[in-house]
Amino acid sequence: MSKLITLIIDDKQVEAKEGERLLWVALDNGIYIPHLCDLRMARRTVASCRLCFVEIEGLPNPVTSCTQTVSEGMVVRTRSPRVDRLLRTGFELLLSNHRLHCAKCAKNKRCELQKIAKERGLKLKLTRLRQLVKEAQIDESPGVFCYDSSKCVLCGRCIWADQEQVKVGAIGFIRRGIGRKVATFEDGLLADSICTQCEACVKICPVGAFYLKEDERKPYKIKKEC
Amino acid sequence: MDPSADEQELIRAAVGTVLQDLGIERASLIPILQGVQNRLGYLPSLAMRQVAEALQLPEVEVFGVGTFYNQFRLNPPGKHQIKVCMGTACHMMGGHIILESFERRLSILEGETTPDREYSLERVACVGCCALAPVVVVDDNVEARVSPIRVDGILLTFDIERQQEERQEKREEGREP
Repeated sequence: MSKLITLIIDDKQVEAKEGERLLWVALDNGIYIPHLCDLRMARRTVASCRLCFVEIEGLPNPVTSCTQTVSEGMVVRTRSPRVDRLLRTGFELLLSNHRLHCAKCAKNKRCELQKIAKERGLKLKLTRLRQLVKEAQIDESPGVFCYDSSKCVLCGRCIWADQEQVKVGAIGFIRRGIGRKVATFEDGLLADSICTQCEACVKICPVGAFYLKEDERKPYKIKKEC
Repeated sequence: MDPSADEQELIRAAVGTVLQDLGIERASLIPILQGVQNRLGYLPSLAMRQVAEALQLPEVEVFGVGTFYNQFRLNPPGKHQIKVCMGTACHMMGGHIILESFERRLSILEGETTPDREYSLERVACVGCCALAPVVVVDDNVEARVSPIRVDGILLTFDIERQQEERQEKREEGREP
């Protein structure tokens, strides 16, 4: 048993086990920190979403709370002008590569991006950046779910679920930079891959990239009155 | 474009040798892929599958590494390798127009090889002669101030060369019996 320690997050004294990750300590104590890529069960923290920044007293710059382990007497602030700015920019960068059409999205109201926007008072709209994704790229080949890479935020949760949780190994990251995407071997259809269609990726996806076909809202037709 | 039986044999043998030399550690994935590419000139899908199986990795993981690094190519190099410069100067002088001309003329995309393996098309970053922009390196020759018309010219030269070779071969065949 690792020993219990106390630390202060946003003026609230909390107890935690030494060595635990700060992000999960905060979330367990009802303090919200925006996050996408980290999973409690994951052995390795990827720290790729760059949203969970916090300020820690004694450290010169904000740090990602998913990679920070807690220690005795730590004083943490989850909000500060610097943290908010990092989040605002990181969030907008994610949105610039995310096809926004919430009203018709299968994950509307259950979307992690919407939650972050609501919690931090951010707009689900681009103000400084240009929209990169233009069209939907949907793989409808699996029986009950779809994969829309134009909505993927590259958090890598589905890859963790696929490779570590259910140990299938059908999907992974391919290419790099702007071409980076979650795909199968040789970027083929999911149905043609070794995918077992277990839906673990659908359950874990924070946004509308992997979604059940039954959740899809049929695009309604706008009647034009002449 | 599935490799023929002979080629498959060649690929299997090459991967086998590389794996024997470098072992099957997860950490040697990149050296293994480099070794395979050294022997074959590219990373065929069969080779990636074989490496994945030996290293007990998901196939897509190997594919991910192969597509992440610029040094790996997934298509066989063509007989004539065309490299279009996309450096700053060439970009400003319309390098992308040249790339598009090649893509249209050869009906392949950047990074691909024509089905007859005659031409492969790549984009490169700066070949070091920006004053000659836009630059194309064809095999080892630097083509300066390339225009779409020159693209046609380059390909036409190779076409004529090939036709001459074919005629020559036919003539020799006719002489033999």
